[in-house]
Amino acid sequence: MSQVKQAPEKSADPLIIAGLEYHSRLLVGTGKYKDLDETRRAVETSGAQIVTIAVRRTNIGQNPNEPNLLTVIPPSKYTLLPNTAGCYTAKDAVRTCRLARELLDGHTLVKLEVLGDQRTLFPEIMETLKAAEELVNDGFQVMVYTNDDPIVAKHLADMGCVAVMPLAAPIGSGLGIRNPYNLLFILEEATVPIIVDAGVGTASDASVAMELGCDGVLMNTAIAQAKNPVLMASAMKKGIEAGREAFLAGRMERKRYGSASSPLDGAIS
Amino acid sequence: MHIGISVNGQTKQVPAGHTVAALVHELALADQRIAVEVNQEIVPRSLYAARALHAGDCIEVVTAIGGG
Repeated sequence: MSQVKQAPEKSADPLIIAGLEYHSRLLVGTGKYKDLDETRRAVETSGAQIVTIAVRRTNIGQNPNEPNLLTVIPPSKYTLLPNTAGCYTAKDAVRTCRLARELLDGHTLVKLEVLGDQRTLFPEIMETLKAAEELVNDGFQVMVYTNDDPIVAKHLADMGCVAVMPLAAPIGSGLGIRNPYNLLFILEEATVPIIVDAGVGTASDASVAMELGCDGVLMNTAIAQAKNPVLMASAMKKGIEAGREAFLAGRMERKRYGSASSPLDGAIS
Repeated sequence: MHIGISVNGQTKQVPAGHTVAALVHELALADQRIAVEVNQEIVPRSLYAARALHAGDCIEVVTAIGGG
């Protein structure tokens, strides 16, 4: 008798960050969209529960009734993840996080990113470590953007960051998973969730990250700059889910030679 | 008497004794989700009315925008 196989309950495999459970392993940004309506539709379609935002000066006197991002991405519906994008020093990053905490009524989950170079947008690791320490000591829950250096990743986890987020390729490059072996080293030593942040370009890149065993993927440009961002958001959701299931299923061994799928016994001769 | 302050990098004249609350109201931001810093120190929303501005103060008013 054939049995109908039940897909595992989503909640059976939650992503846990700072003690909270999420059923989506796709984290998305809100930058580079055509308008707020496209932002809303793409974020909704992605199924993401953790959504990054940036903190910037308000327009003074120019357009006070300008629509606000938080009306389409309400904090009541999403876990907002304010970032420190554009910060090149620990001081600016810490300051930005404190402003975000005030802006979001005491919200302490932040994405720390301290950049070191405008051309590559690679992280400035010395300043990142300094900022991470200060933020953790100040009660923030820090999800930290870093390079794919396993040693640095371990330091950041040991310091108390709640997630370590290595790049797969430069921010906004869409080059995909450039160094899967470093990601594997990081994953082998992981004591907190490891989330690929930056570099994926299309759904198969997201799948590759998840098949390696990453706990999630954070992306923005790959969705926002697709020809059809909402359709790409859907593709990314599926890519993440497919990659996660493949990781949990455990892939077959690679072989160099063919191995017949149909039995040889009983073949006509 | 008026004093000169800086708001998001723009110089501005406000009456002496002006508070953060008055400034935020004047900028039509009272019902917006914002955060305010005066001289790099955050002023909690609950203290806007109590915080008087002084000549030369640098005020930053920030909000959430799209970002990755």
